[in-house]
Amino acid sequence: MSAMTSPASTALHSQRLSKHRARKRVNAIALVLSLAAMSFGLFWLIWILIETVRLGVGGLALSLFTEMTPPPQAETGGLANAIFGSLLMVSLATAIGTPIGIMAGVYLAEYGQKGWLGSATRFINDILLSAPSIVIGLFIYSVVVAQFRSFSGWAGVLALALIVIPVVIRTTENMLTLIPSALREAAYALGTPKWKVIMTVTLKAARAGVITGVLLALARIAGETAPLLFTALSNQFWTTNLATPMASLPVTIFKFALSPYENWQKLAWAGVFLITIGVLALNIMARVLFRNKH
Amino acid sequence: MAATLPASPYNPDDKMPLERSEPQGGPPAARRTSPWIDKLFSFLAHGAAIFTLAILAAIIASLVVGAWPSISTYGLSFLWRSEWDPVQDQYGGLVMIYGTIMTSLVALVIAVPVSFGIALFLTELSPKWLKRPLGTAVELLAAVPSIVYGMWGLLVFAPILATYVQQPLQAWFGGVPVLGALFSGPPVGIGILSAGIILAIMIIPFIASVMRDVFEITPPLLKESAYGLGSTTWEVVWKVVLPYTKTGVVGGIMLGLGRALGETMAVTFVIGNFNQLSSLSMFEAANSIASALANEFAEANEGLHQASLIYLGLVLFFITFVVLSCSKLLLMQLKKGEGSRS
Repeated sequence: MSAMTSPASTALHSQRLSKHRARKRVNAIALVLSLAAMSFGLFWLIWILIETVRLGVGGLALSLFTEMTPPPQAETGGLANAIFGSLLMVSLATAIGTPIGIMAGVYLAEYGQKGWLGSATRFINDILLSAPSIVIGLFIYSVVVAQFRSFSGWAGVLALALIVIPVVIRTTENMLTLIPSALREAAYALGTPKWKVIMTVTLKAARAGVITGVLLALARIAGETAPLLFTALSNQFWTTNLATPMASLPVTIFKFALSPYENWQKLAWAGVFLITIGVLALNIMARVLFRNKH
Repeated sequence: MAATLPASPYNPDDKMPLERSEPQGGPPAARRTSPWIDKLFSFLAHGAAIFTLAILAAIIASLVVGAWPSISTYGLSFLWRSEWDPVQDQYGGLVMIYGTIMTSLVALVIAVPVSFGIALFLTELSPKWLKRPLGTAVELLAAVPSIVYGMWGLLVFAPILATYVQQPLQAWFGGVPVLGALFSGPPVGIGILSAGIILAIMIIPFIASVMRDVFEITPPLLKESAYGLGSTTWEVVWKVVLPYTKTGVVGGIMLGLGRALGETMAVTFVIGNFNQLSSLSMFEAANSIASALANEFAEANEGLHQASLIYLGLVLFFITFVVLSCSKLLLMQLKKGEGSRS
């Protein structure tokens, strides 16, 4: 039987073989393309990092942190007021946004797992998380700047705080839902009131995750430019008064990068370098912290 | 002394007293914490949640109020009026709306296949030890602030695009009727195409990580069955994983689109900020809603100019709201299906 290989069956066999080869070929092409896509993604990251370092390191100097933003074509100058403004506004915004975010996250994970308020908040929060940040700036402009008739550091702080809140809510809720219910039940069984269970058991167990969320929020607002453009505006001079316009690193970079002056562009690259390093460091810190705990 | 439990639910007629040991000490005299702390805490938690909802309502309300002079002047015709002339006090949003949508579409055309490739690589091809560092690297791409992309795009990427892409394209297709018009424009590498490319780089991490996450929820049983029948890796992904996760994949794409539509700084640097729709060329300077706001708002005089800019912001918020809601609903649907099917 096996010796009887009719021409028809060999034809069928070779037809199958060629089909098999075609499938193999398609597979190989797809996998190569997938590898290419991966390298494409990494390529940009590496390119951007290299350019940032190459062009940014040149402007690094101590004067960056000690001198004010210079007028065009000046010999010296730094970013001290912008760096200070950024640090001040970012830390205040985090201080305002974090408690609200954590409490809303606690609500979602501990009180409102079901019910309309819980699902509505979860839904809206996910939208606010990706909402255009420039619209947040518009909002703060009309409720703060237009009312007080002046751009101010406080307006910038509030705009940034509104961006912190959704990020913190999201991570807090996710981290709290990872805590096993047995832990809560054990605490309740001892007669612990709910607020104490949340504060001393669940939030404490989820601490690393919640801090991760805050760090990610910090990283997010440290580089935000759009919501500051018409809230905090910018300021050439050193100021600690939050009721006046305040310089920030991103807005200063924006202004300097688009200018034709060489000294401004150089400072802008140095600023971009600082921001990129800072934001990436915060992100990596958040990841390491989270991984050590879980 | 043996205590008798009142009204045992198990056997009410049984008169046999239940024995139990003597209680040690009495019950606590009073609750150690008064209930008002509990109430206050719950109130704060509810308040924070309601606050989040209130923010959204307040954003919409303030935008509508701020835009009202423009809404009452132009109504919906604002959306298809193309002149934007602060000197004559004439405003229409068509140029910016067109720029916003076109840049986002260019971004999607590039980002979707690349993200799919990355997700495929991370879930099916990558050796285990490489998965994490590569995944992290892609996610770090999302963390880079948009102003960095913008500055890099303007000062590093645009000149390269102009020299190596735009000029050859113009040399080849300059005389061809339709294509020539598509590639016309001053050779500086600024316009819809470069904005779209930079947006694509920015949204690739978002789309890729959603795709990777949804690919990973495909039950291994399904994939193994397909492999067992002799499928190649590509066939498993294309014919098993993708159909299983398609709502999630579309949700991820919508998320990326939402991001692209609202992105401000990266686009502002490279789009050219030109408020006229003179040609459909990919290299002609144009404008998007977000970059018009970034450039003009702080200097706009109060009145119709500012109101029109806020109107543009309202349109942008509305578009992103719809897109992001669709994304969220699709992703939620996948999650529901995951529970019932596995």
